[in-house]
Order: sequence, then C-alpha cells, then structure tokens
Amino acid sequence: MLSLLLILLTSLFFMGIVVRTKSITSGRKGPGLLQPMKDVIRLWKKGAVYSRTTSFIFQLAPTVYFASIIMAILVVPFGQNKGFISFDGDFIFFAYVLALGKFFSIIGALDTGSSFEGMGASREALYSLLAEPAFFILMGSFALYTGHTSFYDIFTSLHFGSYISYALGVLATFVLIMIAMVENSRMPIDDPKTHLELTMVHEVMILDNSGFDLGLILYGTQLKFAMYGALIANFFIGSSLYYFSIPLFLFVQLAFAVLVGILESFSARFRMGNNPQFIFTLTSISILIFFGVLLIMGKFI
Amino acid sequence: MKSISIKNNEHIALDSIPILDYQTFSDVNTALLQKENHHCVNYYGFLYLGKVKLICCIADDLNNNILVSSTLADAKQTLPSLSRQCLAFEKFERELHENFGIQFEGHPWLKPVRYAFNKNDKNSSIRNYPFFKIESEELHEVGVGPIHAGIIEPGHFRFICNGEQILHLEIQLGFQHRGIESLFLQKEKLIQRHTLAENIAGDSAVGHTTAFANLWETLCRHEADAALHFNRTLALELERIAIHTGDLSGMCTDVAYQLGSAVFGRLRTPIINFFQQWCGNRIAKSLIRAGYNPFPFTPELAEKLLQVLASFETDFEEICHETFCAPTVLGRFEKTGIVTHEQATSIGLVGMAARMTNINRDIRASHPYNFYPSLSHTPILKHHGDVYSRAQIKREEVKQSIRYIRTLLMDMPIENLDRKPLPNPLPNTFAISLVEGWRGEICHCAITDDKGRLMHYKIKDPSFHNWLALGLAVRNNEISDFPISNKSFNLSYAGHDL
Repeated sequence: MLSLLLILLTSLFFMGIVVRTKSITSGRKGPGLLQPMKDVIRLWKKGAVYSRTTSFIFQLAPTVYFASIIMAILVVPFGQNKGFISFDGDFIFFAYVLALGKFFSIIGALDTGSSFEGMGASREALYSLLAEPAFFILMGSFALYTGHTSFYDIFTSLHFGSYISYALGVLATFVLIMIAMVENSRMPIDDPKTHLELTMVHEVMILDNSGFDLGLILYGTQLKFAMYGALIANFFIGSSLYYFSIPLFLFVQLAFAVLVGILESFSARFRMGNNPQFIFTLTSISILIFFGVLLIMGKFI
Repeated sequence: MKSISIKNNEHIALDSIPILDYQTFSDVNTALLQKENHHCVNYYGFLYLGKVKLICCIADDLNNNILVSSTLADAKQTLPSLSRQCLAFEKFERELHENFGIQFEGHPWLKPVRYAFNKNDKNSSIRNYPFFKIESEELHEVGVGPIHAGIIEPGHFRFICNGEQILHLEIQLGFQHRGIESLFLQKEKLIQRHTLAENIAGDSAVGHTTAFANLWETLCRHEADAALHFNRTLALELERIAIHTGDLSGMCTDVAYQLGSAVFGRLRTPIINFFQQWCGNRIAKSLIRAGYNPFPFTPELAEKLLQVLASFETDFEEICHETFCAPTVLGRFEKTGIVTHEQATSIGLVGMAARMTNINRDIRASHPYNFYPSLSHTPILKHHGDVYSRAQIKREEVKQSIRYIRTLLMDMPIENLDRKPLPNPLPNTFAISLVEGWRGEICHCAITDDKGRLMHYKIKDPSFHNWLALGLAVRNNEISDFPISNKSFNLSYAGHDL
C-alpha cells in the first residue's frame, strides 16, 4: 500500500524534474515542477476525438494501457511493506501485464491505419521485445540468488555482503535505468521532444489520441518512470526503517529523474538501426549479473 | 558563333543572342555540360512573336563567363530531350513542358514542377495525382505532408520503404506557387518589384533582392557606387552567418542533441537582431534597393557589429567544438544522406550542396559581383557528400564570413550623398545576374521590350537544382534519418514553387 502511495506521489513530480533538468542544462529557466501534471489534468478535462477509420480497439487501448501500468505498480513492494498484491512469481506477472498494455497500445496504433503509426508500432514492438530478456535474466538471477520468486521476498532477502554483490547492485541499477528508458521510449532510443513523425517511436503511436486518452497515456509514462524508480530504490532500501527508507526512496527517485534529464541533454539519439544492438548490450550485462550470482553461490569453479 | 559569352551582371541586345536550330542548340549545350567547370544556370522559354524562344545560359566557372544561346520552338511541339545526354536539363525541360506543352521525347518523366498537379489537365489535382508506385507485398508507402510537422513550408514527400529502409523518395512541390514571375511584369513600380524579390524565399531575402538590384542597375546601365556594393556584400555575408547557424541548430534538434540545438538557436538571434538595428527588419527586408541606399552603414553600426561578432565567435567556436566532438552526434551525421560526386555533377548541383561533394562551384569566386572581386574568395570544399560534410561547410563558411566582414569593415566606403535617380531600362535587352546566396547560386534574368518595359523575368533559386539531390541522398538510408538529411540541405519550397 505504502509503495503505491509513494509511487503516485513521485509520479506527480517526476517529469517536472526531468524537464527542469533539461531546461537548466540548456541555459533556460524551464516550467514549474508541476507543469507536466497540470497538462495531464487539462487533458483529462477534455473529451476525446476519434477518427472515423478507427474501431472500438482504438478507444479501448489507452484505458487498457493505463490499467496495465496500475496493475504492475500493485506488485511493487516498498522495503518491508508488501505491494498491494504479492505472490510467488509476481515479477513475471509484472512484466507480462506491462506487455499486455503495450500490446493494446500497439494494436490501437495499428487501428488508425496511418502509415506513421504502423511504423512507430513496429519499432516499439521490436524494442520492448529486445528489452524483455534483459529484465528476465536480471530478475531470474536475483531469484536464483535469494531463492525466492516474488519482488517482496527477493528485495527483503537481498543483502549486499560482498564486493561482488555491490557490483551486481550497480549493474542491476544500470540495467533497470536503461530498461526504463527503453520502455518509456526516451533518449537515447527515442526522442520524446521531436516534431518529426518519421523519427518517432512512441510519440508517433499516440498521434491520433486526444483529450482524456492522451492524458492517460502521458500520465502512464510518468507512472512508469516512478515505478521503475521504485524498483531501483528497493535495491537500496532493504530492511531499513521508515524515517530512513522514505527519504531514501524519494532521493533515489530524484536522482533518477535528474539522471534522465542529463542523459537527454548531452547526447543525440542513436541511429534507429543501432538501437537493437544497444538494447542487446543490456541483455549481456544481465548475463554478467547472472554469472556474478553463480560466482557468489559457488556454482562456478 | 554558336553562343554569346557575357559576364555576370552584363546586358546584351536581345538580338545578339544567336538563334540556332534545335539540333545545333542541343549539341552545343550538351557538349558544354560535359566539362565539370560548366553548369547550367538557367534554361527557360518565353513567348516571342508567336513562338517559344528557348534561352539557355551555361556558366563557365573557369573563364568567369556565361554562354548564352537560344532557339525557337512551337508550343506543343515534340522535341528530342536534352536530359537524355545531360540530366542537369531534366527539371528545366519539365518546366518548359508545364508552361508551353512542349513534349520532350526521351525525357524520363515530365512531372509537374511549379504546380502540385498537371496544370494543363483540368481533371488533374493533387487528390488523383499518379505517384510513382512499386507493386510489392513487402514494400510500404509513407506519405508526409503537404502540411509540415514543424512550422516550415508545404511539400509532399512520398517514400517507398522496405521496412525502415528508404528505396525511393518522390518529392511533390508546387503548393506555394504564387506566380511571382508574372507578378514582376504586372507590378510596374520599382518598389513593388523589390518587395516581390524580397518575398521569393523568406530565408534568402538579401540574396534575391541583391540579385534583383544588381540586375536592375545593369538594365539601366547604372554603375552602382562602392557604398551600395558594400552594403549588399555585408548583408549577404550576415545572412549566410545567420542561416547557417540556424541550420546547425535545426540539425542538432533533428538528432535530438539538445545542447547544440539550444546554443546555436540562441546564437542566430544577435545576428538577425543586428539587421533589425540596421534596417528595422530582422530578415533584412527593405535594406537593399536598386540605385539608392535607404539604410547607409554608419561607423557606429560597424562598431556595434564588431562587438556582436566578437561575442558570437567565441560562443560559436565553443559550441561547434562540443557538437563536432560528441560521438553520438557524429554517429548520426557521418555517412548519412550521401550524394556522390558523380551524381552531383550529373544533376548539376549548385552552392553548398555542390561544394560538399568537392565540386568547386561558388559564384563569389567564379563570377564575382559587388565587393567580392576584392575579397578573392576561396570556396570551402568537402569530399564525402554526407550530412557531416554539409555541417562542416556551414561551420567553416560562418567563420569565413566573419573574416570577410572584418575585412570589409576595415575599409568602409563613404556614403555617396549625390546619387542620381536611375535612368529607364534599355529596350530590347537581355541581362543576367548571379548571386551566391547562403544556399547557392541565385539567378535572375530579365528581358525588356522595345519600350524598355520588362517583357519577361525569370528567377531561379538554388533549391530548383538541389531538391533532386535530397531524393538521391536518402536512398537506402533509414527513414528516420530523412529529417536530418532534409535539414542539412534546408531547401526552399517557396523559392522552388515561385
């Protein structure tokens, strides 16, 4: 329960911090921290416009997409507090409920019949497909290490005892950050700021969405960021007390948001053809974590 | 004599242009274009005594002259196409076909030029325009425009793609057609014509107005004084700095490099703001006038400009260093949107787009005008023909322009306070004026009738040649690299559509 509240809280500020960081690094003042959220609320007050070529799928898709993110958040624990739901193997549930949402957003985009949106949908499908093994090898390694298969059990029984395990923590954080970037279609995979349909991945899929639906999708991105931030924070919280863990959680989220902002300020987007290669490196880093776990457990050598 | 040789900004009697039969005309001009130092600056037709008179101007960059020849044809006649031998004539022939219905036999595709549809067919519109198609299950088409995603001008791009890879790009322009050339004849006041010239292409206001002013003074046999030449040269170089810097910003935006996008964008502002201080308009409209000088350049302005340039130059250097050393940016720029030297020569590219493929083609050096003879300009050449070459040319030309401006300011001519009004233009005269705008060579040609009134006015923006290069550059590229290729050329829609 606590994790849900904290994630909802950080989601209000997350994009604001990212945007503010990007503004400051480019020598601008930038909008207020709550501006992205205000935009979403403005959109929520509007009705949606639907193209005549679309069917009920297009109207359903944003809701399913948003619901899938909420569902995924429910299984994310917070330190000693279980998530809203927690069961063995819930990280698999987490990944596939997100995939379900993505599936709907893809068929929703295809439903419009626009050549741009089909292109964006195929890119998004490819990139999340490539990011999937990285996530599973990462979580699988920790499941093997701790002997548990739910987020809550993994994070509570995960304690860093040796240098190797610290290294694993760092690598896992990196992989999770990059997965969050891929899943949210941010830099260096996709440029969320571009106005050019041909270079977009996620943005082009939601070209036809408007009003309330668009608000849901935009807020979904913020929630997703906060959710991945919460997963990363869980690596560090362990079993510490509230007066320590809640500030730490917020700090990790803040650092994550600033990092996203910096990452997006000082690099160009990768060439589309190089993206799959880049996403594959995440898988190889996950494999490194897997070997690290084997080392610690003495199954190697 | 097969053709008459004239200099840039020179007038000749219309009758002195040799009229050849079509076969000789074709042989002479295609033979000329076989050499790399020759390129076609203009080839157009106009109605003359019930016939269509075709005039072809080939520039010889080595000997600094322009070879003009002509022939007579009938409207709706069928003629063998020059494009079969020289692809550079391709677009000119399409325009002749569009305007006079001349059929060019052997021409690859007589596609509309200045209109988005076939102007001579009443049933034709953009809605039923037959785009190039490839029948295949594997390929898909992507249509972009004519409403542009950004705020720039309208044009339609039809891609045929194999997945992410572009196989073919068809560019359909003409949405901006305003009939500027005929407006030049209808509007008889000189100030109206100046305003028209300023509005041919908004980003080349100085370039086009300079071409018009030089041309008009030539027609009137008026020798412009040093202060006028100085103003035009200075304005041209400032415009080059402003637009190149803005382009670099745009290119950074297109690869999502935020730092470059923000800093280059800011750097463009002081330059165009200087125009505002000088003449009250940020894109230098109303600055250049034939025969007089509405906004003389004063020593105070010179001092101000030197200050602006000093602070501009350090920041420009720094951000160029950051951008051109960022691996992620280079990863996008290098080997993207390549036009080869052979392609560039065959389609007759001009300006920056020619220089990036190592073609030494720069009107400032080959046909100098205004103050350029004293600057002895050396064109900046690159070899690879990719986006990176174009970015490098922009960077180095900005620095070169700053040097030129400093040289110019060291020896400012004194404003002439005793200017005579322009005499009337010569009757029955042909005159040509070439100007190297920031994008490339701008060509204006005028013909007067027996009373000295304009009988025909022809404008050619460098975009006219260079749009085809964009189509070739993006082949086999990723479709997501199209915007960066497009921005690196930054071609004009309005200048093309006229």
